[in-house]
Amino acid sequence: MNIAHAFLSPIGRSTLGLLASIGRIAIFVITTISHIVRPPFYLKEFGQQLLTIGYFSLPVVGLTTFFTGGALALQIYAGGSRFNAESVVPSIVAIGMVRELGPVLGGLMVAGRVSASIAAELGTMKVTEQIDALVTLSTHPMKYLTVPRVVAATIAMPILAGIGDVIGIFGGFLVGTTSLGFNPAAYVTNTVDFLESWDVTSGLIKAAVFGFIVAVMGCYHGMNSGRGAQGVGKATTNAVVSASVLILASNFLLTQLFFTQ
Amino acid sequence: MNSDMITFTDVHKSFGNNHVLRGIDLEVAKGESMVIIGGSGTGKSVLIKSVLGLLKPEKGHIQVDGKDANLGDRDAFLARFGMLFQGGALFDSLTVWQNVAFRLMRGALKRPKEEARAIAVEKLRRVGLKEWVADMYPAELSGGMQKRVGLARAIAAEPEIIFFDEPTTGLDPIMAGVINELFREIVVEMGATAMTITHDMSSVRAIADKVAMIHDGKVRWTGPIADMDDSGDPYLDQFINARAEGPIEAVR
Repeated sequence: MNIAHAFLSPIGRSTLGLLASIGRIAIFVITTISHIVRPPFYLKEFGQQLLTIGYFSLPVVGLTTFFTGGALALQIYAGGSRFNAESVVPSIVAIGMVRELGPVLGGLMVAGRVSASIAAELGTMKVTEQIDALVTLSTHPMKYLTVPRVVAATIAMPILAGIGDVIGIFGGFLVGTTSLGFNPAAYVTNTVDFLESWDVTSGLIKAAVFGFIVAVMGCYHGMNSGRGAQGVGKATTNAVVSASVLILASNFLLTQLFFTQ
Repeated sequence: MNSDMITFTDVHKSFGNNHVLRGIDLEVAKGESMVIIGGSGTGKSVLIKSVLGLLKPEKGHIQVDGKDANLGDRDAFLARFGMLFQGGALFDSLTVWQNVAFRLMRGALKRPKEEARAIAVEKLRRVGLKEWVADMYPAELSGGMQKRVGLARAIAAEPEIIFFDEPTTGLDPIMAGVINELFREIVVEMGATAMTITHDMSSVRAIADKVAMIHDGKVRWTGPIADMDDSGDPYLDQFINARAEGPIEAVR
């Protein structure tokens, strides 16, 4: 009996802890959404966040997708050559980038950059009583801190993914035309002909979901940060890890939803 | 001067197994400067935060001006308060004047930017800071200047009730004296009700009308500042005379 108890109780505690966390995050998400549609709206803060999350993430997303597009072209060429299918490189690079790699890799890079920065910023604000100060100044922290970040990330991420798609395809084009012997005009034609609007749209929808996840995880862990430098550090790590895992999990679910007949 | 502005009745608050407040009963009269003293971790800040709704007591009632602190319009309720936090709690991303005028730039008290800035500069001048400080960021200021900015922010919307959480902690004795004088002038000038938490006994003597000592989760002693030295309470005597020996056990 005691052995069974000793074996089962940690599992039970972990399960309860996990369920409690899921519940708290669900309440946080619902509260955030309810504040998005109710005034007051802090447009200046939204604009600042759009710049911070969107514009300043462009270099990291651009570089990531550029090199990924190039590597993808090399991989597909090497794999395709085994059954004389080298000509599919432009179309597979394009489809791979816009459906999967643009939004997912962009989302993961933004998760690393933005989720961490939001969690660290809000965590520090919590530890230094700045969030309490907001309340005493009749300003709701969810409205002033969370909503602008979540809305900005949800809007900025598809734009970033769209730009990332173009840069990634361009990376594949450069490799294809300079190293793999593709004719530039034929490469572009192949890319455009095989790409459907749903390929692009589905990727952008995914990116919007990933943007929402990144900001919500950053805000949730920041607002619930523990005390001191260690608490803020842990919140930052948890924000990045949870955002990354949720991006990958939701990517699978969305892919299944969009592309399973 | 005689009617109560804030009333605590049997207020209890715990954090896990740590029962911080175990039945606080206290009245703060309108226009009075009440100073709360007590050892570290005795729940002094918890008491103030409970009034503002930042923490929720498990039991008991807090009334402000005769009305339950948890009922009614939240924004209108909070608009009556100003608070100076221990560490200043200034917003890093905003300039000094934007911090001071924060409440005047949004919500019910919103006014044009130029007007909000002019009020902020005037409040900064009131706490002894020059206009050039207005466009600096909090990180560029010394600890004493940050306290003054926090004080300016607390009084910017001319609140009826002001809370001060350790206003002189971390300041040199001269700067602490300046802050105490400022505090007294502002509270008297505005006719505000003030509740201050401090460990600094010179500060207590400079700013208090009444003193309440919290020990073991309850109000151990309360009375006018003039009676503090002759209270006959061994706990209060030990605390105000900073004696290591006495009924209050110090963790060593």
